[in-house]
Amino acid sequence: MTDGRATASLRHRLAERGIDPTLLLLVPGLVVAVALFVYPFSYGIGLTVQPTAAMQEQWGGGILANYVAFFRDPFVFDSIGLTMRLALPAALFNVLASVPVAMVLRHRFRGKRLLTSLLVLPITLGTVLTAQGLLIFAGRQGWLNRALLELGLIDEPLQLVNNYLGVMFSLVITGFPFAFLLISSYLSGIDPSLERAAKTLGAGWWQRFRRIILPLLAPGLATTFILTFVLAFSVFPSARLVGDAMGSTRVMSLMAFRAFGEQNDYAMASTIALMMGAVELLVVVAVLGLRSLLYRGTTGGKG
Amino acid sequence: MSDFESLELRGVGRRFGGVDALAGLDLTIKAGEFVALLGPSGCGKSTALNCLAGLLPLTHGEILIDGRRIDTLPPERRGFGMVFQSYALFPHLSVEKNVAFGLQMQGVARAEIDRRVRQAIALVKLEQHAKKLPGQLSGGQQQRVAIARAVVLEPSLVLMDEPLSNLDAKLRLDMRTEIRRLHQSLGLTTIYVTHDQEEALSLADRLVVMREGRVQQVGTPDELYESPASWYVADFMGYRNILPATVVSVSGGGSGAEAVVELPGTADGGVRLTGRAVGALGAGDQVRVAVRPDDFSVVPADGAATGAAIPGTVAVVEYHGREHAVSVQTGDVMLHARSATPPEVGGAVRLTAPVERVLVFPESLDAVVPLEVAA
Repeated sequence: MTDGRATASLRHRLAERGIDPTLLLLVPGLVVAVALFVYPFSYGIGLTVQPTAAMQEQWGGGILANYVAFFRDPFVFDSIGLTMRLALPAALFNVLASVPVAMVLRHRFRGKRLLTSLLVLPITLGTVLTAQGLLIFAGRQGWLNRALLELGLIDEPLQLVNNYLGVMFSLVITGFPFAFLLISSYLSGIDPSLERAAKTLGAGWWQRFRRIILPLLAPGLATTFILTFVLAFSVFPSARLVGDAMGSTRVMSLMAFRAFGEQNDYAMASTIALMMGAVELLVVVAVLGLRSLLYRGTTGGKG
Repeated sequence: MSDFESLELRGVGRRFGGVDALAGLDLTIKAGEFVALLGPSGCGKSTALNCLAGLLPLTHGEILIDGRRIDTLPPERRGFGMVFQSYALFPHLSVEKNVAFGLQMQGVARAEIDRRVRQAIALVKLEQHAKKLPGQLSGGQQQRVAIARAVVLEPSLVLMDEPLSNLDAKLRLDMRTEIRRLHQSLGLTTIYVTHDQEEALSLADRLVVMREGRVQQVGTPDELYESPASWYVADFMGYRNILPATVVSVSGGGSGAEAVVELPGTADGGVRLTGRAVGALGAGDQVRVAVRPDDFSVVPADGAATGAAIPGTVAVVEYHGREHAVSVQTGDVMLHARSATPPEVGGAVRLTAPVERVLVFPESLDAVVPLEVAA
């Protein structure tokens, strides 16, 4: 009898520390996380310090030869800047353009549902389809150029794809709906009576936006920026399909793919992939740092 | 401070998708007055307030200040202060900055802002909390900030939308006193929306009772309390006993006539009660009889009673300090009375009320014409 009581109280004490059978629910998630993330990631890090003999010979640095190559080889290193040149403006544009649209779409009006659907639709397309569409629509022989030529508005086709612009278009098409959805939900978390209060206190629309909405929305803008930035930073299909893959859109993921697919250098490919993550992390930390300076409490609404 | 003589609402109405949320509201408010709009949720009182604030456009009528139309102005140019049920404090701004917001919008000089903000915060006794964010304050303190934020602008009109309904009972009483004190010391013209009759009676100089978007009665607390125009208003004014009945006979005509009514559903074929008719009544009319619990006396079943008496059985006795609330079961209905001494539960009693305190109203509410349209 005393044994039975002892186990009961042990179970009770464990439960108080949060240890009980419901913890078993974590097992599937942990297995998946370890198998699909922790192990491959560690394996990848391991690969980076096993450079090929050719790499070691060319760049020196012993087991860190891949890292030396990454920073010394301008062809590889410059891809950081090229990726940033695409991802930063694209993320910034997606966030900034979403704000006014989401603001307008807070109100009820006829056709709101249709407009929202149209704005969000591209999210379902996928990058490859978007790239294909862009080639057909905006290519040299595309509908847009043909129409403009026929109308006599231009003398020769505009170069809208197979360059920086093409990738930018594709990043906006896929990133904007995402940013718009996120910002809409952040906006709906702001208690509408705050704006009404500001109105009765004499604030015009700009003052209401600048003094009330913007400060409350700012943390959401930061989060949205981070997510759309990460999305844009890892751009690959469109950089290859509608970009200038060896020139202005020689992004990091393309470099990693080149090392992996064309040079069969898994170790270098892993190094580039890892550095890609490091650069993203730097931007994310910088934005989160800025965000921590802002008000982060309740926004009064449903959250 | 109130820089106008009178505020006039003429036939103000607001339709939402074919339904009148507010219709034909006529009201004249003098400077310095405290007017309460009273009614259950959905009666149009908040709609009226939002229309006044400019947060909802009117669909009918006009609003004038000293004969000048203001219903065409956007809310930010009306210069009214508003206190919201949810407080609507800016969560990212400190108490000080919340209060300063309106003054900054007006472009008041910084030194002047500091002075007036300090004054307003002192007025609501929140000096120690000036630097805190709203989230760090209790509900009562938050509502005090909201009030300070509205009155610091010295608005010509303060609109309050159920400001106390999110507070607990004790705090509500304290804040009620606070609001009354502020009104008395600042003399700001105030329109106060509530569903709580006690709040309305204790705060307001004048009450507007509303039902389904229409005004039922306008008057001083005293007028409404003593002579409600309909059983609906009576219900709001604490006439807890509202009983359906049939008129047996009416002596004299029109309002104030003495009416004898029969209550259905009571034992031995109906109890007859004599009361004062409010509105024209005839024999056979369906009516509602209204009696306040304070006006019922509980007498023993075998004791002497003057006039008509309703027999019943004591069902519940609640101790309320100086008196007891007594619920008496009579037939199907439960009647509420008060008694200085507690009667025995289960005992047979009779309830009597003076004739002039038994009000007999026509059953229909639609025929009701407000006794007084405007002051």
